[in-house]
Amino acid sequence: MNLAVNNTSLMFALILVIIAILIVHREKLGLEKDIIYSVIRAVIQLVVVGYVLKYIFRVDNVFLTIALVLIILFNASWNAKKRAGNIRNAFPISLVAILASTSVTLGTLVLTGSIKFIPSQIIPISGMIASNSMVAIGLCYRNMNTNFQNQRQQVLEKLALGADLHDASISIIRESIKTGMSPTIDSAKTVGIVSLPGMMSGLIFAGIDPVRAIKYQIMVTFMLLSATSIGSLIACYLAYKSYYNEQKQLL
Amino acid sequence: MGKPILKGTDLGYYASDKTILQHLDFEIAPQEFVTLTGPSGGGKSTLLRLLASLISKTSGSLTFKAEEIETYEPTAYRRQVSYAFQQPQLFGQTVADNLEFPFTIRNEPFDNEKAVEFLGKVNLEPDSLNQPITELSGGERQRVALLRNILFMPEVLLLDEITTGLDVDNKAIINRLIGQLNQTEGLTIISITHDTSEFKLANRLLTLKDGQLEA
Ligand SMILES: Nc1ncnc2c1ncn2[C@@H]1O[C@H](COP(=O)(O)OP(=O)(O)OP(=O)(O)O)[C@@H](O)[C@H]1O
Ligand SMILES: [Mg+2]
Repeated sequence: MNLAVNNTSLMFALILVIIAILIVHREKLGLEKDIIYSVIRAVIQLVVVGYVLKYIFRVDNVFLTIALVLIILFNASWNAKKRAGNIRNAFPISLVAILASTSVTLGTLVLTGSIKFIPSQIIPISGMIASNSMVAIGLCYRNMNTNFQNQRQQVLEKLALGADLHDASISIIRESIKTGMSPTIDSAKTVGIVSLPGMMSGLIFAGIDPVRAIKYQIMVTFMLLSATSIGSLIACYLAYKSYYNEQKQLL
Repeated sequence: MGKPILKGTDLGYYASDKTILQHLDFEIAPQEFVTLTGPSGGGKSTLLRLLASLISKTSGSLTFKAEEIETYEPTAYRRQVSYAFQQPQLFGQTVADNLEFPFTIRNEPFDNEKAVEFLGKVNLEPDSLNQPITELSGGERQRVALLRNILFMPEVLLLDEITTGLDVDNKAIINRLIGQLNQTEGLTIISITHDTSEFKLANRLLTLKDGQLEA
Protein backbone atom coordinates (compact mmCIF):
# COMPACT_ATOMS: atom_id res chain seq x y z
CA MET A 1 0.00 0.00 0.00
CA ASN A 2 1.02 3.56 -0.67
CA LEU A 3 -0.53 5.07 2.45
CA ALA A 4 2.11 7.42 3.75
CA VAL A 5 0.65 9.61 6.48
CA ASN A 6 2.60 9.45 9.72
CA ASN A 7 2.91 11.62 12.81
CA THR A 8 5.66 13.74 11.35
CA SER A 9 3.82 14.40 8.12
CA LEU A 10 0.73 15.32 10.11
CA MET A 11 2.70 17.81 12.17
CA PHE A 12 3.77 19.50 8.96
CA ALA A 13 0.20 19.40 7.66
CA LEU A 14 -0.68 21.62 10.62
CA ILE A 15 0.54 24.40 8.36
CA LEU A 16 -2.85 24.14 6.67
CA VAL A 17 -4.57 25.01 9.93
CA ILE A 18 -2.22 27.90 10.44
CA ILE A 19 -3.14 29.22 6.99
CA ALA A 20 -6.80 29.14 8.01
CA ILE A 21 -6.05 30.97 11.24
CA LEU A 22 -4.03 33.63 9.42
CA ILE A 23 -6.85 34.27 6.99
CA VAL A 24 -9.39 34.52 9.78
CA HIS A 25 -7.11 36.82 11.75
CA ARG A 26 -6.37 39.10 8.80
CA GLU A 27 -10.05 39.41 7.90
CA LYS A 28 -10.98 39.97 11.55
CA LEU A 29 -13.55 37.19 11.49
CA GLY A 30 -13.00 36.40 15.15
CA LEU A 31 -12.97 32.65 14.55
CA GLU A 32 -9.43 31.89 15.77
CA LYS A 33 -10.54 30.33 19.05
CA ASP A 34 -13.24 28.36 17.24
CA ILE A 35 -10.73 26.90 14.82
CA ILE A 36 -8.22 25.95 17.51
CA TYR A 37 -10.93 24.44 19.67
CA SER A 38 -12.44 22.47 16.79
CA VAL A 39 -9.06 21.18 15.62
CA ILE A 40 -8.13 20.01 19.12
CA ARG A 41 -11.52 18.42 19.51
CA ALA A 42 -11.33 16.66 16.16
CA VAL A 43 -7.88 15.27 16.92
CA ILE A 44 -8.85 13.97 20.36
CA GLN A 45 -12.12 12.45 19.11
CA LEU A 46 -10.43 10.73 16.21
CA VAL A 47 -7.58 9.37 18.29
CA VAL A 48 -10.03 7.94 20.79
CA VAL A 49 -12.23 6.49 18.03
CA GLY A 50 -9.17 5.01 16.35
CA TYR A 51 -8.13 3.11 19.44
CA VAL A 52 -11.68 2.07 20.31
CA LEU A 53 -12.25 0.71 16.81
CA LYS A 54 -8.91 -1.05 16.82
CA TYR A 55 -9.84 -2.74 20.06
CA ILE A 56 -13.32 -3.69 18.86
CA PHE A 57 -12.10 -5.05 15.55
CA ARG A 58 -9.56 -7.16 17.35
CA VAL A 59 -12.03 -8.52 19.92
CA ASP A 60 -14.65 -9.14 17.20
CA ASN A 61 -17.48 -9.75 19.65
CA VAL A 62 -21.10 -9.65 18.43
CA PHE A 63 -22.42 -7.93 21.55
CA LEU A 64 -19.71 -5.35 21.58
CA THR A 65 -20.37 -4.60 17.91
CA ILE A 66 -24.09 -4.23 18.51
CA ALA A 67 -23.44 -2.05 21.55
CA LEU A 68 -21.31 0.31 19.50
CA VAL A 69 -23.92 0.44 16.75
CA LEU A 70 -26.53 1.33 19.36
CA ILE A 71 -24.34 4.14 20.66
CA ILE A 72 -24.06 5.49 17.12
CA LEU A 73 -27.85 5.33 16.67
CA PHE A 74 -28.40 6.98 20.03
CA ASN A 75 -26.11 9.89 19.13
CA ALA A 76 -27.72 10.27 15.73
CA SER A 77 -31.19 10.39 17.30
CA TRP A 78 -30.04 12.94 19.82
CA ASN A 79 -28.74 15.15 17.04
CA ALA A 80 -31.90 14.78 14.96
CA LYS A 81 -33.91 15.78 18.03
CA LYS A 82 -32.09 19.10 18.20
CA ARG A 83 -33.78 20.19 14.98
CA ALA A 84 -37.22 19.19 16.20
CA GLY A 85 -38.37 22.53 17.62
CA ASN A 86 -41.69 22.01 19.39
CA ILE A 87 -42.25 18.44 18.31
CA ARG A 88 -43.09 16.38 21.38
CA ASN A 89 -41.15 13.18 22.10
CA ALA A 90 -38.71 14.03 19.35
CA PHE A 91 -35.97 11.87 20.83
CA PRO A 92 -37.94 8.60 21.01
CA ILE A 93 -39.46 9.33 17.60
CA SER A 94 -36.02 9.87 16.06
CA LEU A 95 -34.67 6.79 17.78
CA VAL A 96 -37.47 4.59 16.46
CA ALA A 97 -37.04 6.01 12.95
CA ILE A 98 -33.26 5.60 12.89
CA LEU A 99 -33.43 2.18 14.53
CA ALA A 100 -35.88 1.02 11.89
CA SER A 101 -34.01 2.50 8.95
CA THR A 102 -30.71 1.05 10.16
CA SER A 103 -31.97 -2.41 10.99
CA VAL A 104 -33.92 -2.84 7.75
CA THR A 105 -31.09 -1.51 5.59
CA LEU A 106 -28.27 -3.22 7.44
CA GLY A 107 -30.26 -6.44 7.71
CA THR A 108 -30.85 -6.48 3.96
CA LEU A 109 -27.18 -5.88 3.21
CA VAL A 110 -26.07 -8.66 5.55
CA LEU A 111 -28.72 -11.13 4.37
CA THR A 112 -27.94 -10.50 0.71
CA GLY A 113 -24.26 -11.01 1.46
CA SER A 114 -23.27 -7.50 0.40
CA ILE A 115 -21.45 -7.01 3.66
CA LYS A 116 -20.25 -9.39 6.35
CA PHE A 117 -21.31 -9.26 9.96
CA ILE A 118 -17.88 -8.25 11.20
CA PRO A 119 -17.20 -5.06 13.15
CA SER A 120 -14.97 -3.50 10.49
CA GLN A 121 -17.90 -3.60 8.04
CA ILE A 122 -20.96 -3.28 10.29
CA ILE A 123 -19.74 -0.26 12.25
CA PRO A 124 -18.75 2.09 9.42
CA ILE A 125 -21.84 1.16 7.40
CA SER A 126 -24.09 1.75 10.43
CA GLY A 127 -22.44 5.11 10.86
CA MET A 128 -23.20 6.07 7.26
CA ILE A 129 -26.80 4.91 7.51
CA ALA A 130 -27.39 6.60 10.84
CA SER A 131 -25.84 9.91 9.87
CA ASN A 132 -27.77 10.09 6.60
CA SER A 133 -31.01 9.16 8.36
CA MET A 134 -30.25 11.78 10.97
CA VAL A 135 -29.86 14.50 8.36
CA ALA A 136 -32.99 13.35 6.53
CA ILE A 137 -35.05 13.33 9.72
CA GLY A 138 -33.70 16.73 10.74
CA LEU A 139 -34.85 18.08 7.36
CA CYS A 140 -38.27 16.51 7.85
CA TYR A 141 -38.66 18.18 11.23
CA ARG A 142 -37.64 21.54 9.90
CA ASN A 143 -39.96 21.26 6.93
CA MET A 144 -42.86 20.22 9.17
CA ASN A 145 -42.26 23.10 11.54
CA THR A 146 -42.18 25.63 8.72
CA ASN A 147 -45.20 24.22 6.94
CA PHE A 148 -47.39 23.87 9.99
CA GLN A 149 -46.67 27.55 10.51
CA ASN A 150 -47.03 28.76 6.91
CA GLN A 151 -50.01 26.59 6.09
CA ARG A 152 -51.73 27.15 9.41
CA GLN A 153 -54.83 28.68 7.86
CA GLN A 154 -55.26 25.80 5.46
CA VAL A 155 -54.86 23.19 8.17
CA LEU A 156 -57.40 25.01 10.33
CA GLU A 157 -59.88 25.07 7.47
CA LYS A 158 -59.48 21.37 6.87
CA LEU A 159 -60.09 20.69 10.55
CA ALA A 160 -63.13 22.98 10.52
CA LEU A 161 -64.55 20.96 7.63
CA GLY A 162 -64.31 17.84 9.77
CA ALA A 163 -61.03 16.37 8.54
CA ASP A 164 -59.23 14.09 10.94
CA LEU A 165 -55.63 14.84 11.80
CA HIS A 166 -54.26 12.67 9.03
CA ASP A 167 -56.37 14.30 6.31
CA ALA A 168 -55.58 17.77 7.63
CA SER A 169 -51.84 17.06 7.64
CA ILE A 170 -51.26 14.73 4.71
CA SER A 171 -50.06 17.37 2.26
CA ILE A 172 -47.50 18.59 4.80
CA ILE A 173 -46.45 15.04 5.69
CA ARG A 174 -45.86 14.22 2.03
CA GLU A 175 -43.86 17.33 1.41
CA SER A 176 -41.73 16.72 4.49
CA ILE A 177 -40.91 13.15 3.52
CA LYS A 178 -39.93 14.43 0.09
CA THR A 179 -37.69 17.06 1.65
CA GLY A 180 -36.02 14.45 3.83
CA MET A 181 -35.27 12.20 0.88
CA SER A 182 -34.33 14.76 -1.72
CA PRO A 183 -30.63 15.31 -0.82
CA THR A 184 -30.04 11.57 -1.15
CA ILE A 185 -31.81 11.43 -4.50
CA ASP A 186 -29.97 14.52 -5.72
CA SER A 187 -26.58 13.21 -4.71
CA ALA A 188 -27.36 9.84 -6.30
CA LYS A 189 -27.82 11.72 -9.57
CA THR A 190 -24.42 13.38 -9.40
CA VAL A 191 -22.41 10.62 -7.79
CA GLY A 192 -19.18 10.04 -9.67
CA ILE A 193 -19.73 13.07 -11.88
CA VAL A 194 -19.59 15.89 -9.39
CA SER A 195 -18.40 14.11 -6.30
CA LEU A 196 -16.31 11.06 -5.55
CA PRO A 197 -18.04 10.05 -2.36
CA GLY A 198 -16.28 8.93 0.80
CA MET A 199 -16.68 5.19 0.45
CA MET A 200 -15.32 5.07 -3.08
CA SER A 201 -12.59 7.65 -2.46
CA GLY A 202 -11.45 5.75 0.60
CA LEU A 203 -11.18 2.47 -1.24
CA ILE A 204 -9.41 4.03 -4.21
CA PHE A 205 -7.07 5.79 -1.81
CA ALA A 206 -6.26 2.51 -0.18
CA GLY A 207 -5.28 1.14 -3.57
CA ILE A 208 -8.39 -0.81 -4.52
CA ASP A 209 -9.24 -1.14 -8.21
CA PRO A 210 -11.76 1.64 -9.07
CA VAL A 211 -14.00 -0.89 -10.81
CA ARG A 212 -14.33 -2.73 -7.52
CA ALA A 213 -14.60 0.46 -5.54
CA ILE A 214 -17.63 1.64 -7.49
CA LYS A 215 -19.48 -1.55 -6.62
CA TYR A 216 -19.32 -0.49 -3.01
CA GLN A 217 -20.47 2.97 -3.96
CA ILE A 218 -23.44 1.51 -5.80
CA MET A 219 -24.32 -0.46 -2.70
CA VAL A 220 -24.04 2.70 -0.61
CA THR A 221 -26.34 4.55 -2.99
CA PHE A 222 -28.99 1.83 -2.69
CA MET A 223 -28.63 1.67 1.04
CA LEU A 224 -28.90 5.41 1.61
CA LEU A 225 -32.06 5.63 -0.50
CA SER A 226 -33.66 2.97 1.63
CA ALA A 227 -32.37 4.42 4.89
CA THR A 228 -33.50 7.99 4.28
CA SER A 229 -36.90 6.96 2.97
CA ILE A 230 -37.64 4.69 5.91
CA GLY A 231 -36.30 7.21 8.42
CA SER A 232 -38.24 10.13 6.93
CA LEU A 233 -41.47 8.16 6.62
CA ILE A 234 -41.47 6.92 10.18
CA ALA A 235 -40.35 10.22 11.70
CA CYS A 236 -43.01 12.22 9.85
CA TYR A 237 -45.85 9.85 10.66
CA LEU A 238 -44.91 9.72 14.31
CA ALA A 239 -44.34 13.47 14.61
CA TYR A 240 -47.29 15.14 12.91
CA LYS A 241 -49.76 14.52 15.73
CA SER A 242 -47.71 16.62 18.08
CA TYR A 243 -48.92 19.74 16.30
CA TYR A 244 -52.38 19.05 17.71
CA ASN A 245 -53.89 18.64 21.16
CA GLU A 246 -56.27 16.02 22.55
CA GLN A 247 -59.27 17.91 21.17
CA LYS A 248 -57.75 17.68 17.68
CA GLN A 249 -57.09 21.40 17.71
CA LEU A 250 -54.06 22.87 15.99
CA LEU A 251 -51.64 24.19 18.61
CA MET B 1 -87.84 28.87 22.83
CA GLY B 2 -87.51 25.08 22.77
CA LYS B 3 -84.42 23.17 23.77
CA PRO B 4 -81.35 25.11 22.62
CA ILE B 5 -79.00 23.44 20.18
CA LEU B 6 -76.07 25.54 21.41
CA LYS B 7 -75.88 27.09 24.83
CA GLY B 8 -73.20 29.08 26.62
CA THR B 9 -73.26 29.65 30.36
CA ASP B 10 -70.82 32.06 31.95
CA LEU B 11 -68.57 31.18 29.05
CA GLY B 12 -65.06 32.63 29.10
CA TYR B 13 -61.94 32.43 26.98
CA TYR B 14 -58.53 33.85 27.62
CA ALA B 15 -55.33 33.36 25.67
CA SER B 16 -51.79 34.51 26.48
CA ASP B 17 -52.99 36.11 29.75
CA LYS B 18 -55.53 38.20 27.93
CA THR B 19 -59.27 37.93 28.51
CA ILE B 20 -60.95 37.75 25.13
CA LEU B 21 -64.44 36.57 26.10
CA GLN B 22 -66.07 36.66 29.51
CA HIS B 23 -69.39 35.85 31.18
CA LEU B 24 -71.21 34.98 27.98
CA ASP B 25 -74.72 33.60 28.44
CA PHE B 26 -76.68 32.70 25.32
CA GLU B 27 -78.95 30.11 23.81
CA ILE B 28 -79.35 29.31 20.14
CA ALA B 29 -82.53 27.48 19.17
CA PRO B 30 -82.56 24.82 16.47
CA GLN B 31 -83.22 26.33 13.03
CA GLU B 32 -82.66 29.81 14.31
CA PHE B 33 -80.81 32.39 12.19
CA VAL B 34 -78.76 34.70 14.40
CA THR B 35 -76.49 37.51 13.31
CA LEU B 36 -73.57 38.47 15.48
CA THR B 37 -72.12 41.94 15.26
CA GLY B 38 -69.97 44.34 17.22
CA PRO B 39 -66.78 46.32 16.96
CA SER B 40 -63.62 44.85 15.52
CA GLY B 41 -61.63 42.94 18.12
CA GLY B 42 -64.75 42.37 20.21
CA GLY B 43 -64.29 38.60 20.11
CA LYS B 44 -66.80 37.48 17.45
CA SER B 45 -64.44 35.21 15.55
CA THR B 46 -63.16 33.80 18.82
CA LEU B 47 -66.70 32.90 19.84
CA LEU B 48 -67.35 31.09 16.56
CA ARG B 49 -64.05 29.22 16.85
CA LEU B 50 -65.13 28.06 20.30
CA LEU B 51 -68.46 26.92 18.88
CA ALA B 52 -66.60 25.12 16.07
CA SER B 53 -64.39 23.34 18.62
CA LEU B 54 -61.26 24.78 16.99
CA ILE B 55 -60.28 26.20 20.37
CA SER B 56 -61.50 25.25 23.84
CA LYS B 57 -63.15 27.47 26.42
CA THR B 58 -61.17 28.35 29.51
CA SER B 59 -64.15 28.83 31.84
CA GLY B 60 -67.90 28.29 32.09
CA SER B 61 -69.90 25.88 29.99
CA LEU B 62 -70.61 25.45 26.31
CA THR B 63 -73.02 22.75 25.20
CA PHE B 64 -74.26 21.28 21.94
CA LYS B 65 -77.56 19.42 22.36
CA ALA B 66 -77.17 19.63 26.13
CA GLU B 67 -73.74 17.96 26.19
CA GLU B 68 -70.46 19.78 26.71
CA ILE B 69 -68.76 20.23 23.33
CA GLU B 70 -65.55 18.55 24.56
CA THR B 71 -67.45 15.29 25.08
CA TYR B 72 -68.04 14.89 21.34
CA GLU B 73 -65.48 13.37 19.01
CA PRO B 74 -64.05 16.57 17.47
CA THR B 75 -64.06 15.42 13.84
CA ALA B 76 -67.67 14.22 13.96
CA TYR B 77 -68.69 17.35 15.83
CA ARG B 78 -67.14 19.70 13.25
CA ARG B 79 -69.09 17.98 10.51
CA GLN B 80 -72.24 18.90 12.42
CA VAL B 81 -71.20 22.40 13.39
CA SER B 82 -69.38 23.77 10.38
CA TYR B 83 -67.30 26.94 10.48
CA ALA B 84 -66.65 29.12 7.43
CA PHE B 85 -63.60 31.31 7.92
CA GLN B 86 -63.37 35.07 7.75
CA GLN B 87 -60.68 34.90 5.06
CA PRO B 88 -60.82 31.40 3.59
CA GLN B 89 -58.00 29.87 1.59
CA LEU B 90 -58.80 27.44 -1.16
CA PHE B 91 -56.92 24.13 -1.38
CA GLY B 92 -54.91 22.65 -4.21
CA GLN B 93 -55.12 23.84 -7.80
CA THR B 94 -58.71 23.78 -9.02
CA VAL B 95 -62.25 24.31 -7.82
CA ALA B 96 -62.68 20.53 -7.99
CA ASP B 97 -59.85 20.02 -5.48
CA ASN B 98 -61.90 22.02 -3.03
CA LEU B 99 -65.22 20.35 -3.61
CA GLU B 100 -63.60 16.91 -3.50
CA PHE B 101 -62.21 17.52 -0.03
CA PRO B 102 -65.47 16.93 1.89
CA PHE B 103 -65.86 13.63 0.02
CA THR B 104 -62.25 12.59 0.61
CA ILE B 105 -62.45 13.04 4.36
CA ARG B 106 -65.63 10.95 4.44
CA ASN B 107 -64.06 8.23 2.31
CA GLU B 108 -66.76 8.72 -0.29
CA PRO B 109 -66.23 8.82 -4.05
CA PHE B 110 -66.54 12.28 -5.54
CA ASP B 111 -70.12 12.93 -6.68
CA ASN B 112 -69.80 15.09 -9.76
CA GLU B 113 -73.53 15.62 -10.13
CA LYS B 114 -73.86 16.83 -6.58
CA ALA B 115 -70.91 19.18 -6.99
CA VAL B 116 -72.41 20.67 -10.13
CA GLU B 117 -75.79 21.05 -8.44
CA PHE B 118 -74.19 23.00 -5.60
CA LEU B 119 -72.16 25.14 -7.99
CA GLY B 120 -75.50 26.08 -9.54
CA LYS B 121 -76.81 27.19 -6.16
CA VAL B 122 -74.15 29.93 -6.09
CA ASN B 123 -74.46 30.84 -9.79
CA LEU B 124 -71.30 29.06 -10.92
CA GLU B 125 -71.12 27.09 -14.16
CA PRO B 126 -70.57 23.31 -14.18
CA ASP B 127 -67.31 23.71 -16.10
CA SER B 128 -65.88 25.92 -13.38
CA LEU B 129 -64.98 22.65 -11.62
CA ASN B 130 -61.79 22.55 -13.65
CA GLN B 131 -61.02 26.19 -13.23
CA PRO B 132 -57.74 27.02 -11.48
CA ILE B 133 -58.41 28.72 -8.15
CA THR B 134 -56.00 31.50 -9.07
CA GLU B 135 -58.37 32.57 -11.84
CA LEU B 136 -61.36 33.05 -9.54
CA SER B 137 -62.58 36.47 -8.47
CA GLY B 138 -62.80 37.22 -4.75
CA GLY B 139 -66.53 36.67 -4.78
CA GLU B 140 -66.26 33.37 -6.66
CA ARG B 141 -63.60 32.20 -4.25
CA GLN B 142 -65.81 33.00 -1.29
CA ARG B 143 -68.70 31.10 -2.89
CA VAL B 144 -66.56 28.02 -3.59
CA ALA B 145 -65.28 28.14 -0.01
CA LEU B 146 -68.85 28.17 1.30
CA LEU B 147 -69.77 25.14 -0.80
CA ARG B 148 -67.16 23.09 1.04
CA ASN B 149 -69.13 23.67 4.24
CA ILE B 150 -72.52 22.71 2.86
CA LEU B 151 -71.90 19.88 0.36
CA PHE B 152 -72.66 17.63 3.27
CA MET B 153 -75.29 19.53 5.19
CA PRO B 154 -74.28 20.29 8.77
CA GLU B 155 -76.79 21.07 11.51
CA VAL B 156 -75.25 24.40 12.38
CA LEU B 157 -73.43 26.75 10.03
CA LEU B 158 -71.10 29.34 11.55
CA LEU B 159 -70.36 32.13 9.07
CA ASP B 160 -67.53 34.54 9.80
CA GLU B 161 -68.08 37.68 7.71
CA ILE B 162 -68.25 35.65 4.55
CA THR B 163 -69.74 38.51 2.55
CA THR B 164 -67.40 41.23 3.75
CA GLY B 165 -65.69 42.98 0.87
CA LEU B 166 -68.02 41.53 -1.77
CA ASP B 167 -70.18 43.57 -4.11
CA VAL B 168 -73.97 43.65 -3.90
CA ASP B 169 -74.42 40.91 -6.47
CA ASN B 170 -72.13 38.45 -4.72
CA LYS B 171 -73.67 39.32 -1.38
CA ALA B 172 -77.13 38.70 -2.79
CA ILE B 173 -76.16 35.28 -4.21
CA ILE B 174 -74.67 34.14 -0.93
CA ASN B 175 -77.41 35.57 1.25
CA ARG B 176 -80.13 34.05 -0.90
CA LEU B 177 -78.49 30.63 -0.51
CA ILE B 178 -78.06 30.78 3.24
CA GLY B 179 -81.59 32.10 3.61
CA GLN B 180 -82.82 29.09 1.64
CA LEU B 181 -80.75 26.66 3.68
CA ASN B 182 -82.22 28.11 6.84
CA GLN B 183 -85.80 28.02 5.53
CA THR B 184 -85.92 24.76 3.61
CA GLU B 185 -83.20 22.64 5.21
CA GLY B 186 -83.79 23.92 8.73
CA LEU B 187 -80.12 24.77 9.07
CA THR B 188 -79.22 26.71 12.22
CA ILE B 189 -77.10 29.71 11.30
CA ILE B 190 -74.94 32.10 13.25
CA SER B 191 -73.54 34.74 10.96
CA ILE B 192 -71.09 37.51 11.78
CA THR B 193 -71.55 40.73 9.87
CA HIS B 194 -70.80 44.42 10.11
CA ASP B 195 -73.29 45.16 7.36
CA THR B 196 -76.45 46.57 8.94
CA SER B 197 -78.44 45.77 5.80
CA GLU B 198 -77.86 42.08 6.53
CA PHE B 199 -79.33 42.23 10.04
CA LYS B 200 -82.85 41.83 8.71
CA LEU B 201 -82.07 38.40 7.25
CA ALA B 202 -81.88 36.97 10.73
CA ASN B 203 -84.36 36.21 13.48
CA ARG B 204 -82.20 37.79 16.12
CA LEU B 205 -79.21 40.09 16.52
CA LEU B 206 -76.48 39.59 19.12
CA THR B 207 -73.85 42.24 19.80
CA LEU B 208 -70.45 41.36 21.19
CA LYS B 209 -68.32 44.15 22.55
CA ASP B 210 -65.11 43.90 24.57
CA GLY B 211 -65.68 40.20 25.00
CA GLN B 212 -69.17 40.56 26.43
CA LEU B 213 -72.65 40.23 24.98
CA GLU B 214 -74.78 43.34 25.06
CA ALA B 215 -78.41 43.03 26.05
N1 LIG C 1 -54.80 33.22 20.44
C1 LIG C 1 -54.90 34.53 20.79
N2 LIG C 1 -53.99 35.07 21.63
C2 LIG C 1 -54.06 36.35 21.99
N3 LIG C 1 -55.02 37.18 21.58
C3 LIG C 1 -55.95 36.71 20.74
C4 LIG C 1 -55.94 35.35 20.30
N4 LIG C 1 -56.99 35.17 19.48
C5 LIG C 1 -57.62 36.35 19.42
N5 LIG C 1 -57.01 37.31 20.17
C6 LIG C 1 -57.43 38.69 20.39
O1 LIG C 1 -58.78 38.66 20.82
C7 LIG C 1 -59.48 39.78 20.34
C8 LIG C 1 -60.75 39.32 19.62
O2 LIG C 1 -60.39 38.76 18.36
P1 LIG C 1 -61.50 38.26 17.34
O3 LIG C 1 -60.80 37.79 16.12
O4 LIG C 1 -62.40 37.31 18.01
O5 LIG C 1 -62.27 39.62 17.02
P2 LIG C 1 -63.46 39.91 16.04
O6 LIG C 1 -64.59 40.41 16.86
O7 LIG C 1 -63.72 38.74 15.18
O8 LIG C 1 -62.87 41.12 15.18
P3 LIG C 1 -63.07 41.46 13.60
O9 LIG C 1 -64.42 42.09 13.47
O10 LIG C 1 -61.97 42.42 13.33
O11 LIG C 1 -62.94 40.18 12.85
C9 LIG C 1 -58.52 40.55 19.46
O12 LIG C 1 -58.02 41.63 20.23
C10 LIG C 1 -57.42 39.55 19.15
O13 LIG C 1 -56.20 40.18 18.97
MG1 LIG D 1 -63.42 38.29 13.18
